Amino acid sequence: MDILNALVALSNFVLIPAIAYGSQLALGALGVTLIYGILRFSNFAHGDTMAFGAMIAVLVTWWLQSVGIGLGPLPTALLALPFGILGCMALVLVTDRMVYRFYREQKAKPVILVIVSMGVMFIMNGLVRFIIGPNDQNFADGTRFLISARDFKEMTGLEEGLAIKSTQALTVVVAVIAVALLFWFLNKTRTGKSMRAYSDNEDLALLSGINPERVVMYTWLIVAALATTAGVLYGLDKSFKPFVYFQLLLPIFASAIVGGLGSPLGAIAGGFVIAFSEVTVTYAWKKVLGYLAPAGMEPDGLVQLLSTDYKFAVSFVILLIVLLFKPTGLFKGKAV
Amino acid sequence: MKKLLTATAASALMASAAFAGGHAKEVKIGVILGFTGPIESLTPSMADGAELAMKEVSDSGLLLDGATVTSVRADSTCVDAAAATAAAERLITSDKVDGIMGADCSGVTGAILSNVAVPNGVVMISPSATSPALSTAEDNGLFFRTAPSDARQGVVMTEILMEEGINEVAVTYTNNDYGKGLADSFQQAFEAAGGKVTISAAHEDGKADYSAEVGALAAAGGQRLVVAGYVDQGGSGIVRSAIDSGAFDTFHFPDGMIGAKLEENFGSEIDGSTGQHPGTDSPGVAKYEEIVAGAFDATSPFTPESYDAAALILLAMQAANSKDSADYKEHIMHVANAPGEKIYPGELAKALQIIKDGGDVDYVGATAVELIGPGESAGNYRQIKLEGGKITTAKFR
Repeated sequence: MDILNALVALSNFVLIPAIAYGSQLALGALGVTLIYGILRFSNFAHGDTMAFGAMIAVLVTWWLQSVGIGLGPLPTALLALPFGILGCMALVLVTDRMVYRFYREQKAKPVILVIVSMGVMFIMNGLVRFIIGPNDQNFADGTRFLISARDFKEMTGLEEGLAIKSTQALTVVVAVIAVALLFWFLNKTRTGKSMRAYSDNEDLALLSGINPERVVMYTWLIVAALATTAGVLYGLDKSFKPFVYFQLLLPIFASAIVGGLGSPLGAIAGGFVIAFSEVTVTYAWKKVLGYLAPAGMEPDGLVQLLSTDYKFAVSFVILLIVLLFKPTGLFKGKAV
Repeated sequence: MKKLLTATAASALMASAAFAGGHAKEVKIGVILGFTGPIESLTPSMADGAELAMKEVSDSGLLLDGATVTSVRADSTCVDAAAATAAAERLITSDKVDGIMGADCSGVTGAILSNVAVPNGVVMISPSATSPALSTAEDNGLFFRTAPSDARQGVVMTEILMEEGINEVAVTYTNNDYGKGLADSFQQAFEAAGGKVTISAAHEDGKADYSAEVGALAAAGGQRLVVAGYVDQGGSGIVRSAIDSGAFDTFHFPDGMIGAKLEENFGSEIDGSTGQHPGTDSPGVAKYEEIVAGAFDATSPFTPESYDAAALILLAMQAANSKDSADYKEHIMHVANAPGEKIYPGELAKALQIIKDGGDVDYVGATAVELIGPGESAGNYRQIKLEGGKITTAKFR
């Protein structure tokens, strides 16, 4: 019984939140890694691209809710997601045409593109706040829980409750589908293959007749779709607030770099590594250990490695360790 | 030349002594508030409140056998201790005030107290400084306040929770001076009363996700979660996450968390939770608004406290039959507290007469003044309970 209680407490406060958060980070990191692999720069505007896509989805969700269209138990935001993706695609294509293409034609160094992307970040940041405002926006609807803590306790008779929010389950399901689609696209389709070829060796790809502008366009389209999906899932599960997406940039970059920049598989692994370390390092293990330890040996203190204030510091530290000892990341990406 | 100087100085001294003697019937009260600075929108009404009490006393003609009360305003700036000290210095040395109604913000109040009021031996009553640090400041019995110390809320919280039969709580606070100060004073009071605080953890405002914070709070456990945060900020995020993960069912909310937004965000999900915020059901408030009669905004924060501060100084002078700080400082606690006839706003003339006739008054005033400990307001709190998704008044304490 005690072992079950420990397991449930652990799932409730560590495993489930970390899996959901990891999926959101993985989707974000995939976008960063694709840009890095194909366009060859670190896109600092990624967090705000997510915010923009999510914002369109929020606005469309509100409109759908006001005319009474819904998905029953599922959040209406899922219906609005394609609109968000389209809006975000339009934004990134316009940005690419107006900003990045100029520097691409100049053959600007990656570091210049990084600074340019910071400028883009500030503009997108302002745009989102200008349209929807800087405050929290609530757009979640549908059933809130797959299983709530109280029901779980009644069902199993355990002391610990287990809550699975429907948005957490949804996050994982949607993330799996998105990743499967992406890998299928990259590995099986002609465009996907040309993208990988362009990423591996630009000159060789050009010689074999791949149109670089086309590859760039497809990359942006995929990145916009991934970013919007990540943004909407994060907003549904937590809350939509423009500034929060800006803050997400750090864990997302940490995930991409830990996994190996340019490696899609690495981005997913990195997302989960970062999410799990953030949650486990700041979790107070008192309760779990209390169940597992033999009678009389229960810990008195909180058994917390780091206060939760230092959550963001965890991604920093992991980032530093990886850069020091394995600069190419876990999955042999490109060195930063 | 030297002789001339001495002579001039001597005659000047004599002249000023004569001047003081001739005007023994004038009482000057310094009103030192931040007329410029971060709370400049509040201070005009506060000063008006204090001056209303002075006018009431002057008009009655009963203070110290017909003394008139005049107000001298000075700017505390609220934030600049040096400027506030200089302004207070001027009030005492050049305007020769007999008491100070002020200052407003805790920082400048402490500076004026230690640099000017104590060295010169002048009584000061602050209507709005709430820092717990002022309770223990060196004041030679000269400093009082009609606003409660933030430490007081911690004690009130402890009393409420103990009465509910709760002796083990987890505490989370918003990471700023307000949250930290309140959490610390609560923890101190709660542990002194025999309760146990399992964890006292900060949370940052404006984050999207508080599951890690709630995970730590849940691991520490407790019968109730005390959320010393803001309802529009991280406080609500913590509560939401705690309910979702089943970590806590009931909460205790200090003043920053109580508002319409709380009902709106959580409805009946937090039924059974408790809380408190400053508030009183004393008839003094209504009477105060009545005598203000729209002359200024009587509901603006700390104006009733300002009225009470000025009234207390004047009543204490009457009780001591002297306008000298050293004499009347002993009488302030006495006129403010029971026993005696209860005095509400607008009844200052009655109070002066009672004191003159040798009777006792218990000044209630606009804010139900009750001075405790080192001469600060006990504060009045409205204890609330959440029932059926609504904030309901349990009682006033």
